[in-house]
Amino acid sequence: MEARTVDRSVAVPLRSLRSRWRHSRLARLAAAHPQRAGALALLALVVVLVALEGPHEVAQRSLNGLSLGAVYALGAVGLTLVYGILKLVNFAHGDFLTFGAYMAFLMSVTWGLPLVPAVLFAMVTTAALGVFFEKAMWGPMRARKAGLLQLLLMSIGLAFLIRNAIQYGFGTEIRTLDVNKTDVVRFLGLRLGVTELIVIVVGVVVLVAVGLLLRLTMLGKRMRALADDPDLAETAGIDTERIVLYTWLFAGGLAGLAGVLAGALTTVEPELGFGLLLAIFAAVILGGIGDAFGALAGGLVLGVVIEWSTLFVADQWKLAIGFAVLILVLIVRPQGIFGKARTL
Amino acid sequence: MTELFRFAVTLEAFTDLGFWTGVGVLAGTYTLFTLGLQINVGYSGILNFGQVGFMALGAYAMGILVVEAGWSFWLALPASILVAVLFGLVVGLPALRLRADYLAIATLAAAEIVRLTARNARDLTGGNQGLFGFDGTWADISETIEGWLESAGWDNPESLFPLFLVVWIVALLATAALAALQRTPWGRVLRAVREDEDAARALGKSTLAYKLQSLSIAAALGAIAGWFLALNLSFLTPQAFEPLITFLGYGVLVLGGLANYWGIAIGSIIFWTVQEATRFIELPISAEKEAAVRFMIVGLLLILLMAFRPQGMFGKREEMALGD
Repeated sequence: MEARTVDRSVAVPLRSLRSRWRHSRLARLAAAHPQRAGALALLALVVVLVALEGPHEVAQRSLNGLSLGAVYALGAVGLTLVYGILKLVNFAHGDFLTFGAYMAFLMSVTWGLPLVPAVLFAMVTTAALGVFFEKAMWGPMRARKAGLLQLLLMSIGLAFLIRNAIQYGFGTEIRTLDVNKTDVVRFLGLRLGVTELIVIVVGVVVLVAVGLLLRLTMLGKRMRALADDPDLAETAGIDTERIVLYTWLFAGGLAGLAGVLAGALTTVEPELGFGLLLAIFAAVILGGIGDAFGALAGGLVLGVVIEWSTLFVADQWKLAIGFAVLILVLIVRPQGIFGKARTL
Repeated sequence: MTELFRFAVTLEAFTDLGFWTGVGVLAGTYTLFTLGLQINVGYSGILNFGQVGFMALGAYAMGILVVEAGWSFWLALPASILVAVLFGLVVGLPALRLRADYLAIATLAAAEIVRLTARNARDLTGGNQGLFGFDGTWADISETIEGWLESAGWDNPESLFPLFLVVWIVALLATAALAALQRTPWGRVLRAVREDEDAARALGKSTLAYKLQSLSIAAALGAIAGWFLALNLSFLTPQAFEPLITFLGYGVLVLGGLANYWGIAIGSIIFWTVQEATRFIELPISAEKEAAVRFMIVGLLLILLMAFRPQGMFGKREEMALGD
């Protein structure tokens, strides 16, 4: 990975505009405190929206956005860990979500067992899937010093393989998990579906727990060390192989959970995860690659911002708006709101 | 006995000219499509994951200009290239300065925006109902070519054969043109950009300009592939432009080999022959499961090729700049 992200040979008028912005006090302040700048920009957006549409409408949409945001965030934490620590842009991550959703479907609907053990089953099996492919593919390829393009295309091949194996096993029919889709909770004049509420609570609790674990324990420290410099980490006596294994356990388990929650919110189908993948990438980039807390915040912010867009455009456009935000973030601040240039 | 009989029926498909014409049109279309990926990935180090977006723009711009705006087919063709190239410039100007993996994600997102727009802007594109009626002029041309074939002594020629002829003439011309371009000083600078951007810049070359030109050529080739896809389907729906198409293009690219233009045509023919021929293998499973198996094979092919022969059939290992 090269450290340079910006090509300096820009057209002259663009360059002068950019340099004028870069040397402005505002830009320097924003660059020095990216998180504060990001929070401020978000706050300003909220103020504008409230002024335009009223507080109730904005609060309701934000609430709607949080449930899908929690799914993005859960998917993003796993993707960002694998991206940051193993330098693997895993296009099969979305299909890990699909796999989790189908595992929960298998246990809770096909076998008729309760949903809670089915969720745990989905997390365990998806984590096992992650470890399996680490042992079968990614580990050996890393040992052979495979390049970016090789790994990228292998992950796409893996995505095809997993998605179509699922389609082979379960068919293309649209399935649903047995969750409460009718009851609604009301408070402060706002309304939220029971399932949505459960998704938000489960998502945020798990994410905060994982975030704290990664920030406060030695495991998290070792993961960050590995992300920064694998050779140095190895020299420092870190058992890198074990850390890599833990990374896949986390990534797989969280992807499995995210898949079940996504399936509970919408439906279970072979395209479920791949349809979410680009938004999850957006959350990863927004949060800064390799930063679990960043991915959490990135996912939630993205979910909410996408939902805000429905204040102004028809519902069907919101995904396109989400992707436009992704491109914009990449262009303006490729290292994300939370990321540091160093982690690139 | 029935098993034997079924096998005989299966083999008949391979001697059927209609089957091969269909495969040929697909292979030719994907050759054009993947030539764009080759100049980006193989020769410029640009990870373009949004090639299907250019294809969609070319197809839809041509269709909309003919159907909605009433333009002549002949005017709509170059205009649709222009639309795709302009979109490439708009995305590329900021995004080409990104690192390779970010560029991949940005281009994928851009292509998805195109597809979602095609789905949502129903007044213009017909949405999921599709866009029809842009191929009147082509039907006339096709009939003329069929007339020539008949006067050359072929009674009742395949209806897709004229499209087959035209798509391959264009694909081979494009391949030859790109291969010739690669031997010019311009082509050498492009490779220098791929190998070492800093070195190319140190020699006073504007690497961004070269990358933009490379992306524009890919966009134009994508748009041309889009015409042939549109004429082959004779209607356009957003489902024809899923990200899957770009990834199939990568399958063709790595099969043919990186940094080799002529390999693309061969890779494309092999890829689509296998894809379509496996339809005739009768397995005791449903059509849905058969489709799943075919794509599992594509996935395995990508994984195994990248693991054991990343340069593909005709590629050069030492030219895989993105391989390190």
